[in-house]
Amino acid sequence: MLQPVIPMVTAAFLFGIGVFGALRRRNAVLVLLSVELMLNAVNLILVTSDVVRQQMTGQVFALFIIVVAAAEVGVGLALVLRLFRLRANINVDEVELG
Amino acid sequence: MTGIDVMLAAVGLVAVGSALAVVSTQHLVRAGLWLVVTLGAIAVEFLLLNAEFVAWVQILIYVGAVVVLLLFAVMLTRAPIGPSTDLDRPIGPAMLIGAGSGLGLAGLFVWVFADLRVKPPPAGSAERVGAAIFGDWVLPFEVLSVLLLAALVGAIVLSKKDA
Repeated sequence: MLQPVIPMVTAAFLFGIGVFGALRRRNAVLVLLSVELMLNAVNLILVTSDVVRQQMTGQVFALFIIVVAAAEVGVGLALVLRLFRLRANINVDEVELG
Repeated sequence: MTGIDVMLAAVGLVAVGSALAVVSTQHLVRAGLWLVVTLGAIAVEFLLLNAEFVAWVQILIYVGAVVVLLLFAVMLTRAPIGPSTDLDRPIGPAMLIGAGSGLGLAGLFVWVFADLRVKPPPAGSAERVGAAIFGDWVLPFEVLSVLLLAALVGAIVLSKKDA
């Protein structure tokens, strides 16, 4: 027997840490890293709820999220590199809008 | 607390501790390397929860590909070796929102799941996951392939010199 509350609480803390990092960091690469933390917390919750409900759907969705995260990080890093080439600076609070 | 609970809690502590290091270190490269520890710990949690296929995909794609991409970005943006001083904004609002969402979610989960005990599920082997994907979830799977193609083309267009 196992207690699903343990991985659930772990995932909740990981999500909170990800939110904290995404809001606090100025470097765009570090913001992307924090977003990965949040996505992983969601994956952990999906897999744990599979254990609770004794089925496979959560694991399938976790795989889908991993694929979407890979696509997101590919496009995100292309954007970061383009920003660096234009401005030589990837601090997200110094990007001029308009 | 059974043995598997103790292991889940210990690995969870490793994951949370290294995640804290990811968001607090002043070295750009070390943030990426601490992320490897976090993702590895989460993969071990997947293994303990009998989701072995997801665990190996996590190792292959996250630790193998995503972290390498992030480290490439760190190098291509000419990050300095050693600590940087300008990585962070003031800590107050981020701490408020992060701690609020983290502790709020944790409290909700404890409230809902505290007394629940379940028996470990059957192993989520590639065979069973594959049957679920190609049985119930074929359409989202195919749509994902189109999404990956779009992301690939988008990344190439963004990286072109004269775009």
